[in-house]
Formats: sequence, structure tokens, C-alpha cells
Amino acid sequence: MWKRQLIRYWRSRGRMIGALGQPVLFFLALGFGFGPVYAKAGGGDYIQFLTPGIMAMTILFTSMFTGMEVIWDRQFGFLKETMVAPVPRWQIMLGKTFGGATIAVLQSLIVFFITLFFGFSPNWYLFPVTLIFMFLLACGFTAFGIAIASQLEDMQAFPIIMNFMIMPIFFLSGALFPLNNLPKAVDIVATLDPLSYGVDGLRGTLINGAHYGLTLDFLVISFIALLFVSVGTYLFAKIEV
Amino acid sequence: MQNIIEINNLTKKFGSFAAVDDVTLNVKKGEIFAFLGPNGAGKTTTIRMLTTLLEQDNGDIKVNGFDTKQNKPDVRKSFGIVFQDPSLDNELTARENLEFHGVMYDVPRILRKNRIEQMLKFVGLEERKNDFVKNFSGGMKRRLEIARGLIHHPKILFLDEPTIGLDPQTRNHMWEYIKQANQNEGMTVFLTTHYMEEAENVADTIAIIDLGKIVAKGTPAELKKQTGEQSLEKAFLKLTGKHIRDEAGTARDRAKFQGRMWGSR
Repeated sequence: MWKRQLIRYWRSRGRMIGALGQPVLFFLALGFGFGPVYAKAGGGDYIQFLTPGIMAMTILFTSMFTGMEVIWDRQFGFLKETMVAPVPRWQIMLGKTFGGATIAVLQSLIVFFITLFFGFSPNWYLFPVTLIFMFLLACGFTAFGIAIASQLEDMQAFPIIMNFMIMPIFFLSGALFPLNNLPKAVDIVATLDPLSYGVDGLRGTLINGAHYGLTLDFLVISFIALLFVSVGTYLFAKIEV
Repeated sequence: MQNIIEINNLTKKFGSFAAVDDVTLNVKKGEIFAFLGPNGAGKTTTIRMLTTLLEQDNGDIKVNGFDTKQNKPDVRKSFGIVFQDPSLDNELTARENLEFHGVMYDVPRILRKNRIEQMLKFVGLEERKNDFVKNFSGGMKRRLEIARGLIHHPKILFLDEPTIGLDPQTRNHMWEYIKQANQNEGMTVFLTTHYMEEAENVADTIAIIDLGKIVAKGTPAELKKQTGEQSLEKAFLKLTGKHIRDEAGTARDRAKFQGRMWGSR
């Protein structure tokens, strides 16, 4: 199943490259647009600060989308084939999750390489840890996408999920702004937002700028990944096609 | 074993509507069994329960000796199925679709390779094995699904409206493949169809379901004798009445419509 996801990714690379447009756009527009303001406010180089946020954004969007592809499979019939096979549902779930996560990480790495051209300079010695964070984050959100998709019958709910779940998770996660000195309300939401810890983890390993601390980030992200994979597996197993 | 499928007192309700109402039925090993009924009679619901896609409220089902509730993996290994709607992955090639199935059913690598070659030849799709399924016609897709269903040499093949939308040549070929597999391998075939002449020609035993209950069972000859009709179609109409049944549109129907609007995948 993992392999199938990768084949599908490779075959739809035109669409996937198009999907990179959004994070890259955010990066260029916000990075260079807010750069001077941020520097003036004493924050330093915004490009450095922003890039981990953009990488996390790519992971969030790609993972959720791949997870929700389950709805396509369901509608266009392929899901039946996997449901009827003598493979335990949890194995199917893991295959899909790892496949989706791999793709999300790959997309994010492409964005990463682009940012290198625009002046991002990360710490390389913690890079393996970065990859671990990315993969865990991707697994969590792919599973989350699958869990949501399990409950839906068609794509009609997709724009709603997009606007009321994915966007808030992204915007309130500290991907775009620092987490210190926030107004209380925003601070609380950011603390509850799982993506915040992902962004923070990436920031920690790439530019040494962790707000919550790498250990806490790692623990939260691992927990979230486990939680969503478990919930996702349960909901996925209960689908009746 | 005499009976490869045993259904006892099977019931499934959706809300207060009994889609399948206390059905008891047996299918003999090696026979071609046709399950007929008007729309909404409970055919698809029954097949879904037989193939472990849906759980019954009451009663039990044994497929190839295995209970569909207690032992799903062994039940699933025992059958192959060709669904009414295509269930192929359009973004993969024909060969890849078969490969995927082989892996999911644990067919060892060398055997898998041989079977895939064999099946592609069997259904006449050998030259198109590296083409994307999305470029296939309806008939080709159906043939590929049959090939796929047979890759793991199942004991039973379920066919849900297998010839719908196919031209006469393809239909003819399809029944050839099915009959061959049935005769050479002793594979049991369980099918549903609305095409009465096909059922008449192909089936050993027929059961007719209406409003969730079995109304008749027997060979085509027996049913014709029972109703005093010359054709199975007339016998069927006599047994089930002539008014048209309504069926609710499902999310899948809406989705197919949307799919056509935005271009199919």
C-alpha cells in the first residue's frame, strides 16, 4: 500500500508541483514582505524564522490531503478492493499512513530546498532529528485526514474541513509568528494546537529557536501521532463500504 | 463439503426497514448460482454480508466453512469478487492492479508473476498490461476485474451484475471465461443479474428474492414449470409482480454525477 501511494505520487507529480505553489508563495510573500518589519521589531531574520513554519505548513496540507484521498477511493470504488482483501484493517491503515507521510515529507523537503536558494541557512547537524520530527508530524496528520475521511461519504464536506480545521490549525500554530508575548487567548489556542509543537520542533532543530523546548515538542508530536493513528485505525476499520 | 455457502436466518435492518428478512439459503460447491430479484430486493445487501463488507443483525453465514463474523480473513481468502461498480485503481496500470491484488492476497512472488501473465492472456488484455486503467473502456475494465478476482484462485467468485453496460461480444467472452473457470477448477460462481436470458443459460440453480425474502428457488427448468411459463423472465415477473420498485439515490450516485461533471479520474 505504501508503494502504491508512492507510485500515485510520482504519476501525479504535475499536480503535486502545483500544490507546492501555495507554501512557496507564502514563503516569498511573507518572508520578504514582513522581513523588514520583523527585523525592525528586533526579531532578527524573518526568513530564518519563517521557513520551519512553511515546511510544517507543507506537511500539514499534504498529509491532510493524502489522508482525505480515502474519500476518493471510497467514491470511485477502489476502497472496496482493499476492504475485501484478507489483510487486517490496521495494516491497511499503516500502509496508507506511512505512504501519505512519506509523500508529505518529500514535498516539504522540496520546499526546504527552494528556501535554501532564498537564503535559509539551517543547522545541518540536527538534520536527522528534523527528519524524524517531520515524519512523525506527517504520520499524525495523515492519520487525522484518514480518520476524518472515514466519517464522510463524499467530497462535499471538504471545503468546510479546509476552512474550519486546516486553516485555523495552520494560522494559530506559530508557523508565521513567534509564540512569546502573545495575547492570552491566542497563546492558549496555540498551546492546544498540535501543529505548534511540530513547528517548534522544526524550529528547534533547524535554527535553534525552540519556544517550548525540543523534548516537549518531541513528546507531544509522538503522542499526537500515536493518538491519531489509533483513532484513525479504529474509525477506518469501522467503515462499511 | 456439499454446501460451500450456508446462510441461516439472515436478517439485516436499516432502521425499521428489513432489507434482508430471515433468509435461509445454501449454495452447492462447484455450481453456478444466480441470485435474482427486483431493485431494492436485498440482493446487494446479501452479497455485502456474504463478502464481509457488512455485518448482519441476526443469523449466520458460513462461506467455505468459515463464519463471516468470526473468521473474516479466512472467508476473504476464499472468494474473489467483481463489483457492480469498477473498483480498480485508475492511476495504476493493468498489471499493477493485478500485482496489488496478488500482494494483498499473499500470493508468493513467482506464482504471482505467472498467474498475472496467465490471467491477462485469459481475458485478452495481455497487450494492454502496461496501460493505465483510466484509459480502458468499460468492457476492458470489467475483464480486468475478472482477471483480478481470479488471481488468487478463489473457491468462489462473486459477480454483482457482471454484464451491465457491456456489448454482446464482451458479454459472450465473459461468460466463456466464467464457465471455463467453473468447469476446469470447480470454482463456485455466485452471481446477481437482471438479464434473465443469461441467468437461464448459465445458472445451475436460481434463487429469487423480493422485499427481503426468498420467494422461489430451483433450477431454471423447475421455476418455469412451477409458474407455467416458457421463459425465466416471465416466470420471474409472475413471482415478483410487475410494478416498478423505487431505489434511493446514494451518495455514490451523487458522486458519480459530480465525477462526470468534473471529468472522471
